[in-house]
Amino acid sequence: MEKVTTNLGLSKSASWGSVAAILIQKWYRFTMARLEMRRRYSLSIFQSIEYADEQDQLILVSSQAKLELWWKTANQNGLVSQIFTSPSAPQVVDEGLCLKEFEKKIDVPDSYYGPRLSFPLTAEDANALLHAFRNEQLLHARYVLQLLSETRRVLKEMPNITHLSTSYSKEITVCGDLHGNLDDLLLIFYKNGLPSEQNRYVFNGDFVDRGKNSMEILIILFAFLLIYPNDLHLNRGNHEDYIMNLRYGFTKEVSKKYKDHWKQILCLLRDVFSWLPLATIIDSKVLILHGGISDTTDLDFLNALERNKVRDRTDVGIILFSLKNSAYIHERKKETQDLHILDILWSDPRSQNGCTPNKCRGGGCYFGPDVTAKLFARYNLKMLIRSHEFKPEGYEISHDGKVITIFSASNYYEEGSNRGAYIKLNPELTPRFVQYQVSKFTRRKNLVGTIESAALKSLREKIYAHRSELTSAFAQYDTNGTGRISVNDWAEAMESVLQLELPWRMLRPQLVQMNPDGEVDFMSCFYDLKMGQPTKEAQPALAETLCRYRKDLEIIFNIIDKDHSGLISFEEFSQTWRLFTSHLGIEVEDDSIDKLVLSIDYNKDGHIDFNEFLEAFHVVHRLEKKANS
Amino acid sequence: MEFGAVFSHRDQTVNAVVAEIEKKITKAFEVFDRESNKTVDVREIGCIIRSLGCFPNEAEVQELLDQVNIEVEDPSGFVHLDKFLPVMTKVLLDERFQPIPEDVLLHAFESLKGYLLRQNVILCCFSGEPFTQEEMEDMLNVAVDPETNILHYRDYLPKLVID
Repeated sequence: MEKVTTNLGLSKSASWGSVAAILIQKWYRFTMARLEMRRRYSLSIFQSIEYADEQDQLILVSSQAKLELWWKTANQNGLVSQIFTSPSAPQVVDEGLCLKEFEKKIDVPDSYYGPRLSFPLTAEDANALLHAFRNEQLLHARYVLQLLSETRRVLKEMPNITHLSTSYSKEITVCGDLHGNLDDLLLIFYKNGLPSEQNRYVFNGDFVDRGKNSMEILIILFAFLLIYPNDLHLNRGNHEDYIMNLRYGFTKEVSKKYKDHWKQILCLLRDVFSWLPLATIIDSKVLILHGGISDTTDLDFLNALERNKVRDRTDVGIILFSLKNSAYIHERKKETQDLHILDILWSDPRSQNGCTPNKCRGGGCYFGPDVTAKLFARYNLKMLIRSHEFKPEGYEISHDGKVITIFSASNYYEEGSNRGAYIKLNPELTPRFVQYQVSKFTRRKNLVGTIESAALKSLREKIYAHRSELTSAFAQYDTNGTGRISVNDWAEAMESVLQLELPWRMLRPQLVQMNPDGEVDFMSCFYDLKMGQPTKEAQPALAETLCRYRKDLEIIFNIIDKDHSGLISFEEFSQTWRLFTSHLGIEVEDDSIDKLVLSIDYNKDGHIDFNEFLEAFHVVHRLEKKANS
Repeated sequence: MEFGAVFSHRDQTVNAVVAEIEKKITKAFEVFDRESNKTVDVREIGCIIRSLGCFPNEAEVQELLDQVNIEVEDPSGFVHLDKFLPVMTKVLLDERFQPIPEDVLLHAFESLKGYLLRQNVILCCFSGEPFTQEEMEDMLNVAVDPETNILHYRDYLPKLVID
C-alpha cells in the first residue's frame, strides 16, 4: 500500500481542520479494522466447520475396541456385507459397452435442442458445449455416457504420473479446485483462452461437489481431454470419490439432472475417477498433485501402483479411523497403496518441521519444510504445486517459496468470500499468478455482512445440534443455578463441546445475550432456533442426535439402498439405527425410533423414504421461517 | 495478617483480570495468525489493536510497534505474540486509546462546514494522517453520494459508528 503524500494547500483554518481530519480518519480506520476482523472470523468459522465436517464424516469408529464390536454386531445381523460392499461398475455398466451400444440403447428425441456430440470430438463440439452450458442447457444422457466411456478408454492408457515439458509451448496454466463453480471455469477460459496445442492446462483435482455445476465442469474438461489429450491434463482430487460425492452434493446433482440415467452415469463415473492420473511433473522439476506429500512418499512406487484398484475411501477410511488412536498410523508402510494415495490427495503443508497425522482432515498428514526439502533433494525437484486448501487470495506460497497452493473456486463459501487464481508457468518455471473473482462488489460493508450472516447461520446450526451437551456443560459452571455464567466460562464450554477453535469472545454478541453485569445468559443461544417439522413423538435428545448425525445417516442409508430407490425397509432402518446409536453410546429407548418412524412414515407401506425422514431433522432458523411464511 | 489477606485477595483479582485480558488479546491475534505459529504480518497490527476496542491514530500504532521493537519499513516483518502480548496488555490495563464519543465526531464533521463536497473530502483525506489510495477510494465509494458528489455526514456517521 503506497501512502499518498501529495501536499495540497488547505485554504481552511489548517489546525482545526487537520484535527478534525484526524478524528474522522481514526474513526474510519477503527471501523475498517472491525470489518476486517469480522470478515476473518467468518472465514475461519466456515473453514473450521468444513474440516470438522470432513472429519466427522467417517467418525463411525473411534477406537480399536469399538470397531471390533461394530464388525461383530454388524456381522451377526448380516449388515456388513451390505454396508461394506460397494457396488462396482461392471454390475451396472458393462466394460464392453461402447459408443455404438449407447447409441442403440438410448434414444435422443427430436425435441432435444442441446448439443449433439459426434465422436471423435472436435473443437466445434467443445464450443457447442460451452455455448449450451452458458445458456444453462443440459447435455443429453446418451452423450454423457458416450463421453464418459471414451474418457475412460483414454485415461486407461495414461500413466499414474504424467511428464510434461515446456520446450515447445509458451506457458502451461495450472488451475486448482473448482468445486462445481462453472462461472469460474468460464472466466478462466475467457481470460486465458481455451485449451489447445498452444495453450496447455493442468487441472489439479476437486472438479466436483459443493457448487451446482459439477457435471458441466466434468463434461467440458473431459471433452477437451478427448480433443487435446496431450495438452489438457487432469489430476485426481480427494473429491473425485464416490463417498465424498454422496455427502457433498455431486451425487444429488446428477440424480436431479438425469432422472432416468443417473445410476448408470454415477457408476461409470466411479470408474472414470479411479482412472484419473495422480500427478503431473513438468520438466522433471515441478511436481503437481492435489493434496501434498508425506515423509514416505515415493514417486517411483506411486508411478508403479495400480491406481484404479485403490479401494474407495470409505473402506480405507473406516479402517484408518478405527485405529486413529493407536500406533498404526505411525507404522504406515510404504507398500500400502491406499495410504500412499491418501497422503497425495489429503495432506496439507505446515510451517512446523516434521510429518504428523492430519487430524483436522482425518486423512493424509501435515508436512513441514523438512519433508519438502527431503523429497526435493531425492528427486531433484524445484517446486511443488498443490491445491486442496481454501485461500482467500486464491493462492499462497509456503515453505520458503517451494510449495504453492492454488485454489480456483472464487466465492467458495459465499459471495465475496475469496478470490480464485491460476498459475502461468513459463519455460523458466517462474510462476505468475492471475487472480479473479466472479462478481464484483463495491460496497465492502454489505459484503462482510452477507458472509458473516452465512457463517453465523452454520455455526448456530452446530450449536443447536449439540444442545444437550452444551446445556450440561454450562450447568457445570453455573453452581448457583442462576442461568448465568461468566464470559470466560461460556467460551470454555463452547470450545470444549463443539471442538472448534474460534474467537468465542468476539463472536459472543452474535450468539448469546449478556446482562448489564457482564454475565452471559447461556440459554439465550437456543432462543432463535428450532427443528423443521414438528416431531411430537420425538424425545428431545433423540431429535438432537438425528439432527447432528443427519449427514452421516444420509451416507449410510445411501450405501444400504443398493438399488438407489430412495427407500429402505423398516427392518433395515431399525437395525442400522440400533447399531449406530449403540456404537456411539447414545441411550435411546428400544422402540423410540420405531415410534418416531411410524409417525413420519408417510408412505405407510413398510418402506421408508429416508430423505423425507431426514428432512424432518433439518434445523430451521426461526427468523427465516417468519420471512418465508 | 488482615492486610496480608486483603492484599492476596486483591492480587488474585488483579491476576484474574490480567489473565482475562491476555486471553482476549491472544484470541484476536490468532484470527490473523495465518500459519498458526504465533506470528502475524506487521501490517495487520493496527487492525488487531483496533479490533480490541482501541482507538489509536497511526502515530500511536507506530509508537506501540516501536515498543515491540519492529521495523515497519521491512515489508516482510513479522510480530511475535510473545513480544506483542505484554505491550498490548498494558495498553488495555491502562485503558489507553479510548474511542472518541460520537458527538465529538459529529462536531468534527460540522467544523468542516456543513455537507462536504467530494473535493473537500479528498482534501480532508490528504491532511492529518493521510489515507492510502485504497482507504480513500473505499471511503469515497461508501460515503459520497455519487449523483450529487456530496458527503452527507449525518447519514455517514451512523455507518461509521454503529456495528
